[in-house]
Amino acid sequence: MSSVAGLTRATLAKDLRLEWRSKDAINSMLFFSLLVVVIFSFSFDPTAEESRRIAGGLVWVAFLFAAVVALNQTWAREMRNQVLDAYRVSPAPPNALFLAKVIGNFIFVTVLQALMTPLFIVFYNLRALGPAYQLPIVAALGTWALVVNGTFFAAMSLRTRSREIMLPLLLFPISIPALLAMVEATGAILTGEFSARFWIVLLAAYDVVFTIASLFLFGLVLQAE
Amino acid sequence: MKRAFPILAVLTGVLLSYAMYQALVVAPTEQTMGDVQRIFYYHVPSAWTAFILFAINFVASIVYLIRRNAKADMLALVTAEVGVVFCTVNLVTGPIWARPVWGIWWTWDLRLTLTLVLWLIYVSYIVLRRFSSSGQTPLLAAVLAVFGALDVPLVYFSIWFFRTQHPQPVIGGGGSLDPRMWHALLINWLAFSCFGALVCWSRYRLEVLRRDFDETLALEALLEPRSSKARSS
Repeated sequence: MSSVAGLTRATLAKDLRLEWRSKDAINSMLFFSLLVVVIFSFSFDPTAEESRRIAGGLVWVAFLFAAVVALNQTWAREMRNQVLDAYRVSPAPPNALFLAKVIGNFIFVTVLQALMTPLFIVFYNLRALGPAYQLPIVAALGTWALVVNGTFFAAMSLRTRSREIMLPLLLFPISIPALLAMVEATGAILTGEFSARFWIVLLAAYDVVFTIASLFLFGLVLQAE
Repeated sequence: MKRAFPILAVLTGVLLSYAMYQALVVAPTEQTMGDVQRIFYYHVPSAWTAFILFAINFVASIVYLIRRNAKADMLALVTAEVGVVFCTVNLVTGPIWARPVWGIWWTWDLRLTLTLVLWLIYVSYIVLRRFSSSGQTPLLAAVLAVFGALDVPLVYFSIWFFRTQHPQPVIGGGGSLDPRMWHALLINWLAFSCFGALVCWSRYRLEVLRRDFDETLALEALLEPRSSKARSS
C-alpha cells in the first residue's frame, strides 16, 4: 500500500512540477473558459434574475470544455520517449499512475475554477440566494466526477485513431447524470428555490461508482496491446 | 446449426405478418387517440428488444473481460449494433406518436430521456469500435460497455428527480390495456425479438467471415512476401 501511495506522490509531484514550469494546461484552460464566458455573455445578455437560473449550466459547460483541453494533454506527455511503455514493463502498480493523473487533473481544474469564479460573478452579477457553503462541495464532487472518467477515457482513447476527438465522444454520454446533477445543484443553490441535497448525494454516488470501476479496470486498459 | 437459419427466417416472416394483422386489424381502436395509437405496437416492442440486446451486450462484455473469448466479443459487437437500430426505431416512432397525441414532439420525460441517453452511450460504443485499432478494440469496447451499464441507474435516478423538480406534462401511465391490445403487443414483441435475433445472427456470420478474411490476408502477406510484392508492382 505504501508503494502505491509513494508512487502516486512521486508521479503527482513530477506532473505538478512540469505543469508549474510550463503552465501549458492551466493557461490553455483559462483562456478557453474565458472565451466561453465572454461568448455566452454576448449571446444571452442576461439580467441578474435570469442569469441566476442559467448560471449553473453556463459555468459547468465552460468547465467541462476546459477540462477536456487538460485531459487530452494528460497522457500525451507520457507517450513521448515511450515513458508509458516503460511504465508498463515496470512492476509499479497501474493504479498509482492512474490516481496520480486523476489528482493532478483535479488540482488543475480546481485552480481553474478558483480563478474563473470571480469572473463569472462579475460578468453575470451572481449572488447565491441559497446556502453558499454547499457550492465548494458541489464543485469538488463535480470536478472529481469529470476528471476521474475523463482521465480513464483519455487513457482509452490513446489506443484509437484521432484521439483528441475520441475523448469527448466517450466522456460526454457517460457524464450526463453527473452533468445534470452539477448543473441542477448549482442552480438550486444560486436561486435558493430547491434543496441541492439530492444532487449532492447523486454526485457522491457517481464519484464512488466510477472511481471504483476505474481502479478495477485501469490495469486492463494500460496493458492493452 | 446452419439449417436453423432459414427456419428462423421463415418463422420471423410469418410472425411479423401475423403480428401486423393483429396490430392493424384485430386490436381495437383506442378511444381517445384513435388509429394513431396503433404505432404503439411497433414503438414499445422495438424498445423492449433494444433493451434486451443491450443487456446481452453487457453480459457478453463481462464474459469477454473474464475469458477473453472472441465469440463473446463478436456477440457484444452485434447486439450493440442491432440494439442501436431498434432503439432508433423507438426514438423515431415516439415523436410521430407524441405529436398528434400530446401536441409536442418531445419532452424530457423519464423514459424518453433514459432511452435517448442509452442510445447516445451505445452510439459512442460503436464509434469507439470504429476508431480504435484492431488489436485492442475488443478490450476497450468491453470496458466501455461496463461503464455504460453502470451509468444506467445513475441516469435513471437523476432524471427521475429532475422530473419531480420540474413539473411536466403527465404522460401515459395508469389505465389498463384491453386484453386484445396486450395480445397484439406481445405477439409484436415476439416477432420483433425473432427479427432482432435473425439480424444479429446474420451480422454475426458476416463478422466471422470478415475476421477469417482478414486473418487469411494477414497470413498470405506473411507467407508470401515476395509474390505479394510482385503483385503490387
